[in-house]
Amino acid sequence: MPSQHKFVLEFEKPIVEIERRIAELRELSQNEDLAMHKEIERLELKSQKLRREVFSRLTRWQRVQLARHPERPYMLDYVSRIFTDFIELHGDRAYGDDPAIVAGVCKFDGIPIAIVGHQKARDVKEKLRRNFGMPHPEGYRKALRVMKLAAKFNRPIISLVDTMGAYPGIGAEERGQAEAIARNLFEMSHLPVPIIIAIIGEGASGGALGIGVGDRVLMMENTWYSVISPEGCAAILFHDAGQAERAAEAMKVAPPDLMEMGIIDRIIEEPSGGAHSDFDQAAVILRQALREELDSLMQITKDELVKRRIEKFCRMGVWKESV
Amino acid sequence: MAWFKREKAGFDLQDKKSLPDGIWVKCESCGEVLYRKELDRLFSVCTKCGFHFRITCEGYISLICDENSFQETNAHIQSVDMLKFRDSERYSDRIKKAMTKTGMSEAVRTGTASIYGLPVVLAVMDFRFVGGSMGSVVGEKIARAAELAFEQHRPFIAVSASGGARMQESAYSLMQMAKTSARIAMLSDAKLPYISILTHPTTGGVTASFSMLGDVIIAEPGALIGFAGPRVIKQTIGQDLPEGFQRSEFLLNHGFVDAIVHRKDLKQTLYQLLSFFLEDAADKPLPEQV
Repeated sequence: MPSQHKFVLEFEKPIVEIERRIAELRELSQNEDLAMHKEIERLELKSQKLRREVFSRLTRWQRVQLARHPERPYMLDYVSRIFTDFIELHGDRAYGDDPAIVAGVCKFDGIPIAIVGHQKARDVKEKLRRNFGMPHPEGYRKALRVMKLAAKFNRPIISLVDTMGAYPGIGAEERGQAEAIARNLFEMSHLPVPIIIAIIGEGASGGALGIGVGDRVLMMENTWYSVISPEGCAAILFHDAGQAERAAEAMKVAPPDLMEMGIIDRIIEEPSGGAHSDFDQAAVILRQALREELDSLMQITKDELVKRRIEKFCRMGVWKESV
Repeated sequence: MAWFKREKAGFDLQDKKSLPDGIWVKCESCGEVLYRKELDRLFSVCTKCGFHFRITCEGYISLICDENSFQETNAHIQSVDMLKFRDSERYSDRIKKAMTKTGMSEAVRTGTASIYGLPVVLAVMDFRFVGGSMGSVVGEKIARAAELAFEQHRPFIAVSASGGARMQESAYSLMQMAKTSARIAMLSDAKLPYISILTHPTTGGVTASFSMLGDVIIAEPGALIGFAGPRVIKQTIGQDLPEGFQRSEFLLNHGFVDAIVHRKDLKQTLYQLLSFFLEDAADKPLPEQV
């Protein structure tokens, strides 16, 4: 486990503190000091136990915080670990290239697929370039262009979702943010190839759904998905953006909630301590889930695939029918 | 307590946009005092400046449909508060209040109708019902209306008026965007026409789904149409927004609506468009101007 955390969430602190002590002891115990080793062993067990405890009863808000953890793996971290022969394809052929969405072609265990996803960034300059993973319309149009390309050549599509939302700005409105998202929902509902969606971080509203319509929708364990960000909901309904925690609870934004609502199909485990504690392991688990889903989807005929996808989304929601 | 203290705090905001009862009505845009009966006769449009007052779902039904042709469908579908959501009040109470206030069961009414004799399926939203927000019921009714159009081989017409997706239903409402868009895609694949009419306001998840997917998109003059609300954008970018931003005319200039149509011409325009789309309507002469 890496112990040089640069950013530590409040509830991670006790774990990180023990890890720091272990690292210190390790440094001291150059020679065969048995007592020291015993102590290290004891602390390691303690840290594992504590981590399990903390991560087994995360609140919804804590999951939101983990989904936003600045050290969490982003789309390209997974792409480099899961796929090979990745070639990024740029631009929407109409206005420009939006770095907040990455699209391209690659191989998944030798199978040619198309990949799209939101890309966040770590350093300030790159964050600005990627617009914090908040796409403009050209991002959605680029994603659609590449997805249509995949459909044309009968290649499956994997979409990795991680966004605070579609960008609310003047240019975005001028260039039809709503139309771009609507068009993607329309087209993705009936592209005749398998589409797998995995929410790897934040799943905020139309900005997420804009590349989020597929045959299987998976969510990693420490992510959230809803119609608006907890802050947005709190600002509008509770008149105080500071009540985001309450909003996250009220909107039921965590993966088990969405599973219960029948909106997602599967929750993907994360390494103990969250995906940010072990990128490689997180990628191994995600890869396994994607592969299983892809294998089962590739057995289904095109017509059946589209029919089932439309029916799947048409079932969603709750209502009563009185006579 | 000062004797001049206002007895009731604030104003009654609920009905600010609908027409107050009384003989005279003041135009919200130019301030002109209008004779109510005259205003009703002229489709609730200001005679001086052309401002389109917000009208109800019933208003649009009688404006667009042939007399008594509207047959409502799925009026029995109602919202359920699955998440036990509560903000300043319980979601279930909010729904009850909206039902009492509007006499509607949800923020949209759907049904079959005819327009100068041409059979259509129609969905009309109403902003008075929880801000015209789209939850499961609105999504389901729109989707079923599109399905009905598919089954009966009729054109589909939707009149939107909405603040967006309904937050109180969380991810359920988000998925209505996918649901309605998927049904519109089915109509499109079956080559059945879909005309979308955007009224004031049409924003958020409704704009970012079925509303923006019309084969033809018509906007009423001066309607606010957008993805993000102007307040959110202003907060995000920290600047004032340009004059006329996100209004119908702005969308027309940027290529996102086909036409801005005055309410008095709406039915006629729909008929003309439908007769372009429909084989058997193309030869019929245009009906006389109303």
